[in-house]
Amino acid sequence: MKWVGKPIAKTDALAIATGRPVYTDDLSVPNTLVIKLLRSPHAFARIKAIDTIAAAKLAGVECILTYRDVPGVRFTQAGQSYPEPSPYDRLILEDLVRYVGDEVAIIAAVDEKTALRAMELIKVEYEVLAPVLDFETAHEHPSTVHPESDLYCHFDIGMDQLNNIVASQNIEKGDVEAELARCEVVVEDTYYTQAQAHAMMETYRAFSYLDHTGRLVVITSTQIPFHVRRKLSRALEIPAGKIRVIKPRIGGGFGGKQTAAAEIFPAIVTLKTGKPAKLIYERQETFTCTSSRHAMRLKVRLGADRQGYIRAVDIQGLSDTGAYGDHASTVFGVVGEKTLPLYNKTKAVRFTGRVVYTNKMPAGALRGYGATQGAFALESAVNKLAAELHMDPAELRLKNIIRAGETCLTYGGKLLGSSSLDRCIAQGKKLIGWDEKYPRREMGQSKVRGIGMAVTMQGSGVAGVDTASIEIRLNDDGNYTLLTGSTDMGTGSDTILAQMAAEVLDTSLDRIIVHAADTDISPYDPGSYASSTTYVTGMAVVKAATDLKQQIIAKAAAFLETPPEEVAFDGQTLRTLAGDREISLEKLAELLVLGIGKSQLTAYATHGSNISPPPFIAGFAEVEVDWETGKVELIDYVAVVDCGTVMNANLARIQAEGGLVQGIGMALYEDVRYDDKGRMATDSFMQYKIPCRQDIGQVRVQFEESYEPTGPFGAKSLGEVVINTPSPAIAHAVYNAVGVSITSLPITPEKVFRGLGNR
Amino acid sequence: MQIEVTVNGKPAVWEVDNDAMLAETLRTHGFLSVRKGCDTSCCGLCTVWLDGKPVLSCTVLSFRAQGRQITTIEGLQPQAEEFARILAAEGAEQCGYCSPGFIMTVLALKQEISNPSEADIIHYLTGNLCRCTGYLGQMRAIKKYLGVA
Repeated sequence: MKWVGKPIAKTDALAIATGRPVYTDDLSVPNTLVIKLLRSPHAFARIKAIDTIAAAKLAGVECILTYRDVPGVRFTQAGQSYPEPSPYDRLILEDLVRYVGDEVAIIAAVDEKTALRAMELIKVEYEVLAPVLDFETAHEHPSTVHPESDLYCHFDIGMDQLNNIVASQNIEKGDVEAELARCEVVVEDTYYTQAQAHAMMETYRAFSYLDHTGRLVVITSTQIPFHVRRKLSRALEIPAGKIRVIKPRIGGGFGGKQTAAAEIFPAIVTLKTGKPAKLIYERQETFTCTSSRHAMRLKVRLGADRQGYIRAVDIQGLSDTGAYGDHASTVFGVVGEKTLPLYNKTKAVRFTGRVVYTNKMPAGALRGYGATQGAFALESAVNKLAAELHMDPAELRLKNIIRAGETCLTYGGKLLGSSSLDRCIAQGKKLIGWDEKYPRREMGQSKVRGIGMAVTMQGSGVAGVDTASIEIRLNDDGNYTLLTGSTDMGTGSDTILAQMAAEVLDTSLDRIIVHAADTDISPYDPGSYASSTTYVTGMAVVKAATDLKQQIIAKAAAFLETPPEEVAFDGQTLRTLAGDREISLEKLAELLVLGIGKSQLTAYATHGSNISPPPFIAGFAEVEVDWETGKVELIDYVAVVDCGTVMNANLARIQAEGGLVQGIGMALYEDVRYDDKGRMATDSFMQYKIPCRQDIGQVRVQFEESYEPTGPFGAKSLGEVVINTPSPAIAHAVYNAVGVSITSLPITPEKVFRGLGNR
Repeated sequence: MQIEVTVNGKPAVWEVDNDAMLAETLRTHGFLSVRKGCDTSCCGLCTVWLDGKPVLSCTVLSFRAQGRQITTIEGLQPQAEEFARILAAEGAEQCGYCSPGFIMTVLALKQEISNPSEADIIHYLTGNLCRCTGYLGQMRAIKKYLGVA
């Protein structure tokens, strides 16, 4: 293949790297109103009175909005296809505030200083309520986070509103209790995964204005332009056709920008004032008032026979969605979806539990989306089982993992299309030196090194739900325009889509203009999330490009006065097979738009998948633990990935390295923490530590390609699966080093040190 | 107050508030490559040069630039592009939002330290955060650019 798989630089690389004005705030115009949001200082309170008179009188203040001034329609910020499985449980502004940072008033002024001064002049009287802060007792708390009567769910997600339960799950195949009773070895433990922050470098932001026809235009750093349009339409009570959402370059998302946290505020200000308005979240707001990963408690029971065949998997979960139910039921569902199929020698599997409301910042989508939480719990339990069986954990996995062509209890007879996980494990073992280093090596001076491992899977797109469309046009100059509604957030997906089109059309990348994403122009795409772009949107590209190629050949055949089967197309020239006549693509393109009876060629394709084929990864960690302090240093991390066909070798490698490092941060120190009043304590990069350059030891990535029959050129996804193994693999390495089993993330020196004392 | 500065080699006279920070002043005057990411001088996104030395412009009061030379990536396009091509060939720019500040620091490193070791590079660039790449690809690009092993 000419383009697929090649390490091609991103088409927008130079513009973004050298500082061209291509991000949301760069595109705002002079005299744009600046918005600031007055936020609740209380975790749970009712607004008794709010006085904005003095603030509104301040020169330069354009508008101040409170709950009295906004539509009363509940909506969700979660970026999901309609009808969303997330409850419609929020208003733009409400007289009930549900976490420290919940919006109380919208202030728009000529500049930031004026807006901040006005904010100080607003007087709010609160009736402070008892907040629900502990997610483990939320269901029995006397306070109800969502007492309103107009909360709405499209589906029965198992909500028990009065008991703070937003969603419940109960999936069982076979009889888990009976099977566990029959098992010769049963291990059980309860695992805790923390809330994690996305910490993308560009904070949340949006800018809006009215165009010459009075339509609302919103330029926003989002992963989900079409979902944003629909949300604005509902929340603002205006038709979606009156709204245009444009996504420029995005400075990182990681799932955070799959939640529409910012757009509604400038949009309503522009509608109320008729003026351009922008909202740029400060870093503190991004930490405290947007979303984080759902913190979870997962109790796992695994049963196996003496030979090491896992016969029963039982996971009971509890998830903390915070103040609003964005992605609550779906993130939780993914915990089960991406754990139960992994080991398929089972006779019974179960995933049960619930998601609760608390008075903390809402949780939302974050890379891994529940699979990360599930992987920590399941893989830690599998490692515990290996220890109990005195079996090499790699061998235990090779005995039990699902393989291509097999099914499992939760697949309903569907077969797994592709997997090279067995090869990933074998290759990873070799790279890390498993057989020489397992389980530990004394290093002297109170240091010991251990190695550990984990495997996980993710999905590729949302099966049966998300559907993407692609349009490719042959332009009058013989070049192509590829129109997509998907959103490249830095991964290089625009480039990868162009690579696929170039492969089919036998052309070069510089002859394809990629246009993304503008809801007025782009064909519909749910956006970039759920590891879907390469797999779902990519398949639409292949279909559209194939169709366009056939159209080009058919048109050329007419010009060459020969049947289409007699025309050969090398990407530039169309020739008869006999070689006696030819026409260049450029000339054909020109003739197609000249004169009467002609038509410009354009191909259009839509693709959705009824399956979500999993990519796999095997992760191996080597750590050095200090007996005296409990300090854990990551020495080496090896990951071997099966993402089907690798579409772009360099972009894939960086995507994997970046995800692994985010996972390493989560494993060792990233932790969203609250004080006992519900105020977030980790609201800056001073308190919330993401990995910096000095924290990264050796991280090595390799690919073991498989071929996914339902994917474009055999591709599956990559973006999310890479974040899942570090937590369980590092915990396992610590266990192998010093015998301390860490069951709650992050794996801090304090926890290890205490564990050493308790051994 | 009024300040006289030289920005990317060109003299300018700017009216700035007493409490204005240089990053915002630069953006106001169209130097949109200057980004902010943290509000606590932790992330390095806003790095520009003041008299040839990298500074965090989000915490430099604009009046401090009085009479001095300010350099942004707009003023170093050929050098920035040379490194950006190597970075892009590694795939290591990803979202690109941190790239201008990062590149300004890399170019300063090149001026300041000859033949740096990996440890020198890490030390010099520790203040430049990136959430996308995991830093490894950036390191490969820097080493290629500087011609060090």
